[in-house]
Amino acid sequence: MSLLKEHDLGTPAKPGPATVSVEVDGMPVTVPEGTSVMRAAALSGIDVPKLCATDSLEAFGSCRLCLVEIDGRRGTPASCTTPVAEGMKVRTQTPKLEKLRQGVMELYISDHPLDCLTCSANGDCELQDMSGEVGLRQVRYGYDGANHLAEKTDSSNPYFDFEASKCIACSRCVRACGEVQGTFALTIEGRGFESKVSAGGKSFMDSECVSCGACVQACPTATLQEKSVIQLGMPSRSVITTCAYCGVGCSFKAELRGTELVRMVPHKDGGANEGHSCVKGRFAFGYATHPDRVLTPMVRESISDEWRVVDWDTAISYTATRLRGIQARHGTGAIGGITSSRTTNEEVYVVQKMIRAAFGNNNVDTCARVCHSPTGYGLKQTFGTSAGTQDFRSVAKADVIMVIGANPTDGHPVFASRMKRRLREGARLIVVDPRRIDLVRSPHIQAAHHLQLAPGTNVAVVNAMAHVVLTEGLVDQEFVAQRCEDFDGWAEFIARPENSPEAVEELTGVPAEELRAAARLYATGGNGAIYYGLGVTEHSQGSTMVMGMANLAMATGNIGREGVGVNPLRGQNNVQGSCDMGSFPHELPGYRHVSDDAVRAVFEDMWGSSLLPEPGLRIPNMFDAAIEGSFRAIFVQGEDIAQSDPNTKHVTAALRAMELVVVQDLFLNETAKFAHVFLPGTSFLEKDGTFTNAERRINRVRPVMAPKTGKHEWEIVAEIAQAMGYPMRYDHPREIMAEIAALTPTFSGVSFEKLDKLGSVQWPCDEKAPEGTPIMHMDGFVRGKGRFVQTPFVPTRERSTRKFPLILTTGRILSQYNVGAQTRRTQNVAWHPEDVLEIHPHDAEVRGIGDGDEVTLSSRVGATSLRAVLSDRMPVGVVYTTFHHPVTGANVVTTENSDWATNCPEYKVTAVQVGLKHSVAPVERAAEELRVPATVD
Amino acid sequence: MQSPQVRLVNEIAVQFHHWAFDDAAEAIAAHIRTFWDPRMRSELLRRVETEPGELDPLALAAARLLDR
Repeated sequence: MSLLKEHDLGTPAKPGPATVSVEVDGMPVTVPEGTSVMRAAALSGIDVPKLCATDSLEAFGSCRLCLVEIDGRRGTPASCTTPVAEGMKVRTQTPKLEKLRQGVMELYISDHPLDCLTCSANGDCELQDMSGEVGLRQVRYGYDGANHLAEKTDSSNPYFDFEASKCIACSRCVRACGEVQGTFALTIEGRGFESKVSAGGKSFMDSECVSCGACVQACPTATLQEKSVIQLGMPSRSVITTCAYCGVGCSFKAELRGTELVRMVPHKDGGANEGHSCVKGRFAFGYATHPDRVLTPMVRESISDEWRVVDWDTAISYTATRLRGIQARHGTGAIGGITSSRTTNEEVYVVQKMIRAAFGNNNVDTCARVCHSPTGYGLKQTFGTSAGTQDFRSVAKADVIMVIGANPTDGHPVFASRMKRRLREGARLIVVDPRRIDLVRSPHIQAAHHLQLAPGTNVAVVNAMAHVVLTEGLVDQEFVAQRCEDFDGWAEFIARPENSPEAVEELTGVPAEELRAAARLYATGGNGAIYYGLGVTEHSQGSTMVMGMANLAMATGNIGREGVGVNPLRGQNNVQGSCDMGSFPHELPGYRHVSDDAVRAVFEDMWGSSLLPEPGLRIPNMFDAAIEGSFRAIFVQGEDIAQSDPNTKHVTAALRAMELVVVQDLFLNETAKFAHVFLPGTSFLEKDGTFTNAERRINRVRPVMAPKTGKHEWEIVAEIAQAMGYPMRYDHPREIMAEIAALTPTFSGVSFEKLDKLGSVQWPCDEKAPEGTPIMHMDGFVRGKGRFVQTPFVPTRERSTRKFPLILTTGRILSQYNVGAQTRRTQNVAWHPEDVLEIHPHDAEVRGIGDGDEVTLSSRVGATSLRAVLSDRMPVGVVYTTFHHPVTGANVVTTENSDWATNCPEYKVTAVQVGLKHSVAPVERAAEELRVPATVD
Repeated sequence: MQSPQVRLVNEIAVQFHHWAFDDAAEAIAAHIRTFWDPRMRSELLRRVETEPGELDPLALAAARLLDR
């Protein structure tokens, strides 16, 4: 249910051309084969009364309200389950139907609370609407018979209530949980009159429910209702905008009363999510108005001083003066900045422009450095552009889905629901991950192969898969001959015995036969699609692995059409966009190198400033240079590097070494502890601009309220640039996008007006593709021919040792997001109040660790403590944690190791030891048993 | 202590050991020119002069090409 009501056509659309012509109440309509009579009627402008039907769910046929009469057919079939037939003549309103419907409604209403005037769904209730629509005037059965009116309300979920007394047992919630979300947490328990919706016999909070909100969305009554609506009342207006969490980039209707956000409802026409959502986007928006938010600028001379609240003019002037002063003393290159993947394209663009044009150097980098920079490098080397190849819809055409180093059900849940739907339809699944993620075995899904490799051996595994493809004659020779280059050299390399599954079995821990079977399946099982995450990129060979996957896809011809491709699942909402906008120190917007004179000339002409032809510092290089003394000031936009970046001790030493740290953020985060200027930022509810998601989809972010800080972030940046003597002025973010489009060929067709008209577009969006490009490399690769790159496996230098015998790998969890700055300030903490260490029972036992014990986690660079959770998801020898909580500070233990090509940190492999925090003795005993030195120090 | 530049160039070099030596050195030098800030290149060249033994032979050869 939502305020801005989209027309509900009753049943889902059927694919194919409209070929079947029917008549509904005399109105002609032509629809695709398989379309329901209900949908055909709705398309002709006639809505048949319904309760159990909604167009996000397959027809169910239980409520008996949508009955129709069809000429030449007996009885009164349900229009939702009856498909159209050529020439069919349908009548939706007859005296007979009227009587039947009123009878049905009488039964419903006789067992429903008559509290419409005080009900939270008043005005937004389909039962209420249908009562009116069928002309119900009496309930002959009275209200004193057996009923469900005393059923208790389940308020356990922090975001919605389940008011069972109002349930009409239409099963929409049950079906939404299964069909849309794919969790199957809900069921109809009991039979006949005893039938009731149940979360597996538990409260919603204790059940398998993932709080995606699909059931709340589907409920036609007030049975499943947002607590915010119950507390605040029905919203009165909607604004379509884009979620500020992960790289799926879901479209939402922000529904408000005045300026107060009541709820976020997933937008049915959203290209990325098509009406679905997850617990973060749907419910976890309270951080935007959290009292921790800082709304006024603050400055201080030293990080040991108290913050001093100042006005905007003072803050901007102070920042500009100190930046210029540092440059005067230490040189133009002594300052730089970091852009954020949590801000809009327009906000990112102005920061990199400020750095290049006003600072006068290329010391700009972005948080994608620490997540998907190897994607940019690897896909550019092989395919010619730094982006995933498919749109999300493409997964519906995949026959074999290979998930590598990603945990979509936690990290990208809305896309995972699409993927799970396809898997339930019969697509085969290969999971390549050290950890047994949920996808490996979940309701109605079982991975055909789980290659549970040792952390750090991705490249050996992908090479071995390619070896099988090549040596068993599974190469798509025609595709390779027509579309690719450098195949022969690669083939000679990959065919070498050292790349065989048998040769790498001991190293990777993946049984050779299992790997061979997986490779055969990927190569021969139909459309093969690769989806990958940070388990690929955050390694010393992250870029090599990306190229290895690209090789595999090209060798099998799995590029350039629906259902295939190589697809990064981006972590943050605007990782793709922040990279597109020229955030890397060697590239101007559109991924063009700063040394290209012709490109630079275009920018110099537009910007009125000369630009350096040399690359600037990357984030890790900035830290090194700060400690060495040549880098003295940093502008940090919406990024908490002191918590998110590896080797926290090194990062904080670098921050302490700088003369000026400027933080632009919503909250005084960990980095702000080292800052001299704090510039309060805007939440996504205040932003006006665009985000670009993992499928290159550019979505509008629309403000639902004015900036609580009094200024947009792009205005602040432009004013700092002006205060530094560089003229930069925009009156509206659409002007920034116009400049981006003028300078960036892949964005040349993008404008706010087009986005408002089309909803969204996927770049490249230019003269050749004015409405965007859902799937790339269809007729040829961006670089011309796809390039095979030899990818020898080189082990990481991070090895388990006698002192640090375990390998730590890190990840994320569904309810939390990144460093938790947003989600920790919502009720999502109910699910994940702290980071925990997953450890295999065997590894725990030999250390005397029990489930729930406080343990010390130490590496060669640092130590932290957290609670242990015994889990056999991890293989023996591997432990796992998340980095959502600063108290834990998981990155205290991660090291300086990084991807060779991009310096993306190697978060996924850290040699560690684990021991009981308060009792050294068991650790020593365990160490004795293992004959390794005790390491709690 | 090994400088970050030496560590980084050695990590790059090991990825190119399967190449012909001269081609690998050229490729590594090109990579460094493409992605490294000039001060990092200067520091690497200084290390080449003062601590050549710290560098992988391939890294050393690549670094010397940066002078060209």
